[in-house]
Amino acid sequence: MLNTKKSATSQWLLYTVVTLGFVAVITPFVWMILGSFKGQGELLRVPPTWWPEAPTLENYRTLFGKGMFPRSFANSTFVAVVVTAANVTFCSMVGYALAKLKFRGKNLVFALVMATLMVPGMVTLVPLFVLVANLGMVDTYPGLILPFLVTPFGVFLMRQFIIDLPDDLLDAGRIDGAGELRIFRQIILPLCGPGVATLGILTFLSSWNSFLWPLVVAQTQDYYTLPVALALFSTGQHETDYGLLLAGATVVVLPIVIVFLILQRRFIEGIATTGIK
Amino acid sequence: MTALSPARSPEASTVPPVDDRPPAARRRQGRRKGNSARQSRAAWILSLPFMLLFVIFTAGPVISSLYMSFTDIKSRDLRSPFAVSFVGLENYANVFADERFRKAAFNTAYFVVVGVPLTLGIALAAALALNTGITKFRTVFRVGYYTPVVTSIVAVAVVWRFLLREDVGLVNTILRWFGVNGPDWLGSTTWAMPSLIAMASWRNFGTAMIIFLAGLQSVPVMLHEAAAIDGANSWQRFRHITVPLLRPTILFVMVTTIVGYLQFFEEPFVMTLGGPLDSTISMSMFTYGQFSFGNYGFASATSYVLFVIIVCLSAVQFRFLRSNT
Repeated sequence: MLNTKKSATSQWLLYTVVTLGFVAVITPFVWMILGSFKGQGELLRVPPTWWPEAPTLENYRTLFGKGMFPRSFANSTFVAVVVTAANVTFCSMVGYALAKLKFRGKNLVFALVMATLMVPGMVTLVPLFVLVANLGMVDTYPGLILPFLVTPFGVFLMRQFIIDLPDDLLDAGRIDGAGELRIFRQIILPLCGPGVATLGILTFLSSWNSFLWPLVVAQTQDYYTLPVALALFSTGQHETDYGLLLAGATVVVLPIVIVFLILQRRFIEGIATTGIK
Repeated sequence: MTALSPARSPEASTVPPVDDRPPAARRRQGRRKGNSARQSRAAWILSLPFMLLFVIFTAGPVISSLYMSFTDIKSRDLRSPFAVSFVGLENYANVFADERFRKAAFNTAYFVVVGVPLTLGIALAAALALNTGITKFRTVFRVGYYTPVVTSIVAVAVVWRFLLREDVGLVNTILRWFGVNGPDWLGSTTWAMPSLIAMASWRNFGTAMIIFLAGLQSVPVMLHEAAAIDGANSWQRFRHITVPLLRPTILFVMVTTIVGYLQFFEEPFVMTLGGPLDSTISMSMFTYGQFSFGNYGFASATSYVLFVIIVCLSAVQFRFLRSNT
């Protein structure tokens, strides 16, 4: 590009700094994974070992032998899948209505969405808990799932995406006599691929990593999601069981990182668009 | 266009009857009217599931939280949330009089005031480096820098707690190579908060970096070339071309980062439980604590204080953003 005058030295320096940064960012994960294969004795040795001297699967065996973690893994997956499917469906429906249809109350709906875009989870925590408790849904899957089936953010994202689709397509559909719902299903949805992918990825991620609400609503091990199980593990009786904790962290982090590495282009484009809009 | 073909199927051929309608003008008018009613109906059918869930689980709670903050509701009122007394501003008075809450507010401010510039600084530096100088392995760096963002804060907090241990922690091991004896990071009232900030910056700068990169790509190369011909050095070009053009992006990222950091919760929950001596207790942790004790009205009041701060900050920043563009 422009900086053709850049000297070889400064280029070297730049690469060194960027590489050091890269190492600093990645090291905790490498450390986590390597550590999860070490025994407690080796983990507490000074100075620490880098590569496991006596690699062992003991930590993972204990973790999954406890019964709690496999169940939490299944809970996290189930909740994230349902929440993602619901958000993608419902948010694109409203997104289409807000982007392309004229209707009474449209401005009100949009204003509500915009006003609640930044509401902190803490603000709704107490009334939500009171509500869920009175519905008898504490420590149940509906309790974990229902509050997250739709998000204002999802609606905003889908509206921004659909509003850029050409109106001509809709008019063509209308001239052909298709109803609005049919236009949505057969013209809009097939074109929403990238928007749906972005929303799906971001929703799955935030559901998988969400902590505050599952912490409050899941009160027995049966309904813990992975972050809750790990957090309570790490602040409870296993506080210093580092091997076990590193294995637990690996189980929480690794699946999502692998998915990220596979879909990284989509992920990064998604983040970039949410920023520009 | 293939998506259109099913519309021509028999199912959709209910249109022809239009032919036996009255004169053209009235027909057009009628169709327009019918069309808007149809649109309205379709829009509400499409919005219904969202509106129901949204009102019950988001909008409703936002309002009832405000209501609860003016009552003395406690966990024992869980089954009869409306049979509580109205106490006016008492909860708010208690919130501001609470020594621990003030500590939490101070810590939250500390986290934001130090953490946000640090996060955005690292993000901007990384974005500039990847945008200009780096050509080889660009994707590798970009993906690597972004990876922490996708990970669970709880999980990375567990890992960092181990990394920051005084004796066997990796951080102090590396410091020892340089002859420095690191402190017990999370056990020290001085170092616990900087440690949380460092971890948060490490985990979150990737998001800002990606948005900055997208913003940088929209800065026309021509402007830089013209300025370079006029003899502007790279700092001057950064200062007078890149920064002004990037201002909306910077403000957007700043608002969202501040709003996120104001709510920090998982980091102290896992790494320090708010300690030592409340030196890392955040406003969110304080609220959560009050909720766990069953002081629902009081917890609602503390959460609303945080909410009002967030709303004001975003409003101020968006106004600033508008007046500058």
